[in-house]
Amino acid sequence: MKVEEIVKALDLKIFSGEKGLSNEITNGYSSDLLSDVMGSAEAGCVWITLQTHKNVLAIASLKELAAIILVKGYKPEDDMAAQSNEENIPVLGTDKQAFEISAELFNLIKK
Amino acid sequence: MHFEYNIISGDFSNAGSASSQIKKVLKQLNVETVTIKRIVVALYEAEVNVVAHSFGGTIFVDINTEEILLRLKDTGPGIPDIKLAMQEGFSTASPQVREMGFGAGMGLANIKKNADKLEIKSEVGVGTEVTIMVKLNE
Repeated sequence: MKVEEIVKALDLKIFSGEKGLSNEITNGYSSDLLSDVMGSAEAGCVWITLQTHKNVLAIASLKELAAIILVKGYKPEDDMAAQSNEENIPVLGTDKQAFEISAELFNLIKK
Repeated sequence: MHFEYNIISGDFSNAGSASSQIKKVLKQLNVETVTIKRIVVALYEAEVNVVAHSFGGTIFVDINTEEILLRLKDTGPGIPDIKLAMQEGFSTASPQVREMGFGAGMGLANIKKNADKLEIKSEVGVGTEVTIMVKLNE
């Protein structure tokens, strides 16, 4: 499944990193602790978080994650969005909270 | 091959840039993906520790056909109790750093898990030297 498909299916906003919309998704990871994601997320994961700063992109790039979904209406800080465009890792958004969007993404991926 | 990177205290916007550059070098050297992943996790955590906790420092990277050696040397303040610092969940990070999602006390554990050798030498008032070795042909 590609990032653009979950954007449509889950009605996500696209903040930045449009060039990465064709990235392939393998799984998801929900966490707001950076070291947790660094230690445990797999390549190709969609990262669900409320962290909105540039370090999120540094980790997403190092771990080769597919995309980031910001929850509860959070928006990326300017340097996070800029880094997302540079790395081609989309930053997406939803008004839903992490539990709900994680469940929806889980059902979508596991189908 | 030898590389050096300066780390500025509190400069979170550049945290991870040394890890990113080393990752590129290792890819060019055709190091196995699994091994690159381990090195990247260990180096990133060590790099962030210097940004978050030290007065600044330098990363020295040496790569040969057998192994990669990462040495992170900072100018203080030093770790009073290394055993305590190694405990998962223990952190001295500031509330601001924790709010960013750092400082969960998982960094050193992540390094230990991914390194073939981890050595920490520290003297309060002088500085800390963290040495990480990862074998390249496993």
